[in-house]
Amino acid sequence: MDFAPKPSVEEFRASIRRFIADHLTAEMVERAHRTGTFHDWDFHRTLAATGVIAEGMAGPGRATGRDPLELYVLFDELGLAGAPFYGLANAMLVAGIIEQIGSDFHIREVLPKFHSGEAIAALGYSEPGSGSDVAAAATRAERVPGHPGDEAVWLVNGQKMFTTLVHEAGYVILLTRTDPDLPKHRGLTMFLVPMDLPGIDFQAIETMGGDRTNITYFTDVHLPDRWRLGEVNGGWDVMKVALAYERGVFGNMNQGVTLLRRFAEWARTAERSDGTRLIDDPGVRRRLARIAVDNEITGLLALRPALLASQGRLPTTEGSVAKLFASEAYNRAAEACQEMAGTAGLLSPVRGDGGDWGFVDLAARDAPVTAIYGGTSEIQRNNIAEHRLGLPRAR
Amino acid sequence: MDLELTTDEKTVRDAFARFFADRCPVSVVRDAEPLGHAPALWARLRETGAPGMAVPDKHGGGGATALDLVLLMQEAGRVLAPLPLAEHLAATRTLARTPSGLAAPWFASLVDGDTVAAAAPRPARDGVARLVPGGAVADVVVALDDDQLVAVRSDAPMEAPPNHASAPLADRDLRTGERVVLADGAEAAALFARMVADWQLLTAAALGGLAARALEIGVEYTLERRQFDRPIAAFQAVQQGLADLVGPIDGVTFLTARAAWTQDEGDQAESERLASMAFLASAEVARDATYAALHYHGGYGVTLEYDIQLFFRRARGWPLVLGDPEDEYLRLADRLFGPVGAAGTEVAG
Repeated sequence: MDFAPKPSVEEFRASIRRFIADHLTAEMVERAHRTGTFHDWDFHRTLAATGVIAEGMAGPGRATGRDPLELYVLFDELGLAGAPFYGLANAMLVAGIIEQIGSDFHIREVLPKFHSGEAIAALGYSEPGSGSDVAAAATRAERVPGHPGDEAVWLVNGQKMFTTLVHEAGYVILLTRTDPDLPKHRGLTMFLVPMDLPGIDFQAIETMGGDRTNITYFTDVHLPDRWRLGEVNGGWDVMKVALAYERGVFGNMNQGVTLLRRFAEWARTAERSDGTRLIDDPGVRRRLARIAVDNEITGLLALRPALLASQGRLPTTEGSVAKLFASEAYNRAAEACQEMAGTAGLLSPVRGDGGDWGFVDLAARDAPVTAIYGGTSEIQRNNIAEHRLGLPRAR
Repeated sequence: MDLELTTDEKTVRDAFARFFADRCPVSVVRDAEPLGHAPALWARLRETGAPGMAVPDKHGGGGATALDLVLLMQEAGRVLAPLPLAEHLAATRTLARTPSGLAAPWFASLVDGDTVAAAAPRPARDGVARLVPGGAVADVVVALDDDQLVAVRSDAPMEAPPNHASAPLADRDLRTGERVVLADGAEAAALFARMVADWQLLTAAALGGLAARALEIGVEYTLERRQFDRPIAAFQAVQQGLADLVGPIDGVTFLTARAAWTQDEGDQAESERLASMAFLASAEVARDATYAALHYHGGYGVTLEYDIQLFFRRARGWPLVLGDPEDEYLRLADRLFGPVGAAGTEVAG
């Protein structure tokens, strides 16, 4: 075992820190919190101009590209800095899918737009009736008859939930039902849908944690076949690629680190009603020490899938193990911090990221969704039970 | 950066895994109750050189890295080896750090394992170290007696008060017997802190091994036990409880290894902080894993015929000899946030 950071990765970390210091403004962070849109075009395009999206991630089937550990560090640092990075994560994810299974047309026409930062994507997986059971997608794509000799056209009808950033996106990747007669996983097809096609509409959904997401409606959208990703009825194979990219690399799990840092800082000045400092209270000290232990474990578990990918291996359940632990630990931390703050823990931020105390309420509102999105804790446990512990499939 | 064992590390682990599989079936654990010491197993372990591993080569020991010691203790923990091994290794490592410890007449015998030592993880009061782990069977006890770190050789009582973990605990008088002063004052305090950190690290490793094995036992039992015409492992309520243990067990395994690696790299303050964290986290996961695995045995879990109760009791007993874990959390907080009343703003970790 070796816990020494890789010099190349640490160099990259330093360059990302410099980039953040030079380009991320307090105003961008404040705006993201105010609007709930965790994407900033100026920041995104400046970052894209460094080539980080175009370089992509090295891995099986891709000779060049960034070390997955470096990409892990990229999102780690963006998360610690509070930078709005959801658009970056989606763009890198969809760019990765296109590279791996996109057509020449996708690679020629669309990929450069992601690489340059011109466009970002939204993910159209969940529906009003299917979340965890994502393969139950009911959004229909049917071949429009009567295009002999021409390119086939698909008629798309349905709704997608939690299409975060669709209101900024140039494209949405869309999981559709193309054959309702085939078994659930076999009748799906994935498309890359340009948002400017007629028949696409969306509505904002505001969340308790301050994130803005959307519901997106597809009504008689005529979608030329060139926008298909992968095989007809091969949508589940595309999903597997998407999930493999997502696993533990494109995202941050260090919310607990930021929370502890801010809380411990605040607790050095905040006073209890008897005039003693919060940080000197033994109950507070114990609970903060517990959060620190959880954070240390989260850091090591979160590193593992990126490290495996960096070694050219395919992570399997390691992403589930990390995500489950990280999100549950963050929820414990957020609850503890809110209680430790006492009545101040009730007070919501007036604007921005909460200034000197509002961050506690913000964390308490934000934490629950981390145990839901990207696969609920129950789904992660199913995955671990079945594929790590070898228990029977139970659903 | 690599979270997997190197070939050499695997060799160490596999050698001890084989040793304990061969020499310490659960019957050895049961036969050693209630004292919790298996002299025949210790004699076999001496043949491997393990008792001297924590002492540098130049002093006649095995010169093991802290990471090697962790690998040894994980395997010992998996089989609940009824030996004062963490205590002996921590004590001999401490003796080897002081000239008077190295000069003690029985030092070579401790390295050889002919004589057994125990590190007392809590400071003595009025010259008596209370409920020292391994104290019932150790010839030599290393302890903090007021402002002196001492090694005292006296007769091992070879009996322990009946206790939760069937551990060889005993009170040891530090002011009778052959007493060697290892250090005084601030130096004694620092060496004692280092010894406690070593003991925490080794105990964390043993608890991690114990927890991993308890989870395996839980999985095996739930796959075998049938109710409502299917293995109870097919029920999601059972699966989810077992799945919850994987992250914490993997996590403490990494954290313990990182604490050891950090010690091997020479960053003492950081390794003590990590050892404290690894100890606290391992104690919790061992407690949770043994509770869950026992619970999924249903009523059989609490019967003495089933092995899981052996794991359950040691998971609680091994760490509790340091005292209330909440007190250790406070000591950890001192490391992380500075002492109470400190004005600093730096946050470690």
